Amino acid sequence: MERSEVAIRVVAPAAFTLVLFLVWELVCAVFTVPLTILPAPSDVFGALWQYRAPIIDNSWVTLWTTLAGFMIATVFGLGLGIAIGWHRAIYAGVYPVLVGFNSIPKVAVVPVLILWFGLGEVPAILTAFLISFFPIAVNVATGLATTEPELEDVLRALGASKLDIMRKVGIPRSLPYFFGSLKVAITLAFVGAVVSETVGANKGLGKLMLDAQASFQVPIVFAGLLVLAVLGIVLYAVTAIIEARFTGWAFRGGANR
Amino acid sequence: MSGSHLSLVKLQGISMAYGRGAAAVRAIEEVSLEIARGEFIAVVGPSGCGKSSLMKLISGLHPPLAGSLTVEDRPVVGPLKSVGMAFQNSNLLPWRSALENVLLPLEIVAPFRRGFNRNKNAYSKKAEELLESVGLAGFTRKYPWELSGGMQQRASICRALIHEPEILMLDEPFGALDAFTREELWCTLRDLQAARKVTVMLVTHDLREAVFLADTVYVMSNRPGRILKRCGVNLPRPRDLEVTYTQPFQDIVHELRGLIGGKH
Ligand SMILES: Nc1ncnc2c1ncn2[C@@H]1O[C@H](COP(=O)(O)OP(=O)(O)O)[C@@H](O)[C@H]1O
Ligand SMILES: [Mg+2]
Repeated sequence: MERSEVAIRVVAPAAFTLVLFLVWELVCAVFTVPLTILPAPSDVFGALWQYRAPIIDNSWVTLWTTLAGFMIATVFGLGLGIAIGWHRAIYAGVYPVLVGFNSIPKVAVVPVLILWFGLGEVPAILTAFLISFFPIAVNVATGLATTEPELEDVLRALGASKLDIMRKVGIPRSLPYFFGSLKVAITLAFVGAVVSETVGANKGLGKLMLDAQASFQVPIVFAGLLVLAVLGIVLYAVTAIIEARFTGWAFRGGANR
Repeated sequence: MSGSHLSLVKLQGISMAYGRGAAAVRAIEEVSLEIARGEFIAVVGPSGCGKSSLMKLISGLHPPLAGSLTVEDRPVVGPLKSVGMAFQNSNLLPWRSALENVLLPLEIVAPFRRGFNRNKNAYSKKAEELLESVGLAGFTRKYPWELSGGMQQRASICRALIHEPEILMLDEPFGALDAFTREELWCTLRDLQAARKVTVMLVTHDLREAVFLADTVYVMSNRPGRILKRCGVNLPRPRDLEVTYTQPFQDIVHELRGLIGGKH
């Protein structure tokens, strides 16, 4: 039982990835696809190794700008979500503005940020933040809004203040929503940082890939994509583990609501 | 029966509505009743007639439109702050064990919350004893999803009682349980009330439940709810489940059934 679990969770994805690479390699060899169109995995890994120093260097920049933006989004999103969930008037006032803001493609905001803050890490951090706070705020607000009216009556009849109800019920209840939204937010923050680097930056994976593309070094572009994918998986996995650790009750008690 | 010096809750000509103006929904109309200290009353009536509203009103969670409402001779202007409530849905917090759920009111009610951390051990012991008294010994550390529906309801009633409230309000607390579990819980509630002498207001649409448990049964009309009848239940206590098969018991149930109407 324990072993079949390992087989499914570790061996299956590893095998699938391997097969994917093999097919890719085979397709490139059989159809002799030019290197400038689609490099084979062997070329990509070759480029990855050859240019490992600049790739690691730029990955760091992308990683920490993503995390910085994500941290700000977490704090801001949590605060905003609590504010929205606190009172219907705040909800009614803020929500339409938020939806409007969220529907602006963030690529369009990057030039403005560069104009204000210049080329560098700040626009990437801010883009990561702007793109990722929304799901956090919405999820926290939803969690707060789903407190059962009867439970609220029970507590109010005991003399509980609004703050008491938030502390004892609202916030614990919204934690699974909050941690669930972190998975989405970290992925978005990552996208935001890379998009910003691609529009204009002096460092980062997005910038590296842009330069490689300009000089037709397609294997480096794909090496960059590969690193992005791996980083994305790692970031997602870390937040998923955090989620499972902190909100176990929400999964185990699933049948209970 | 309830002389005014004994009466804990007094409603005189109370009306209540949800919303204002033309869109207002009248829930309760001209209700007058008295609840004596230690009395067990049951309120029965057709669905939607205003039973839950009456409960909210007496707890001070919803203001009346007209009439006077006093508890211990003081007018009620806001939540009473010492009412224990339980509903059909146990509403236990899934991230807390049964024991921690029962402790919740002590973290909120004024005299207990100040010393909560200091007295946590004593409070836990008290909560454990209460849970044991309703047959939940050995389940105090379990989480709600590990308890059956009947057990959750027992824990929910313990949560409503832990702070020794003046009034216990139960809104169809056994409505979602199977018939056997329900009768077990009747006995649990009967014993709790006998031991603690707490004043109970039970809302139910089960007439047998009302007659078995209560000293006084109030029958409400269709919305807007009025009191159609006040019916004293003079069956001797302690009552055994056997009493529900006797003629006097059946007669009372039958009479109440006739008042509620509906298609037969
Ligand atoms: N929050 C509310 N807002 C508006 N109308 C309500 C609200 N709660 C209850 N009502 C209405 O008041 C009437 C009485 O409801 P309720 O007291 O819940 O009845 P019962 O508990 O007897 O089934 C119903 O017609 C219901 O639709
Ligand atoms: Mg009701």
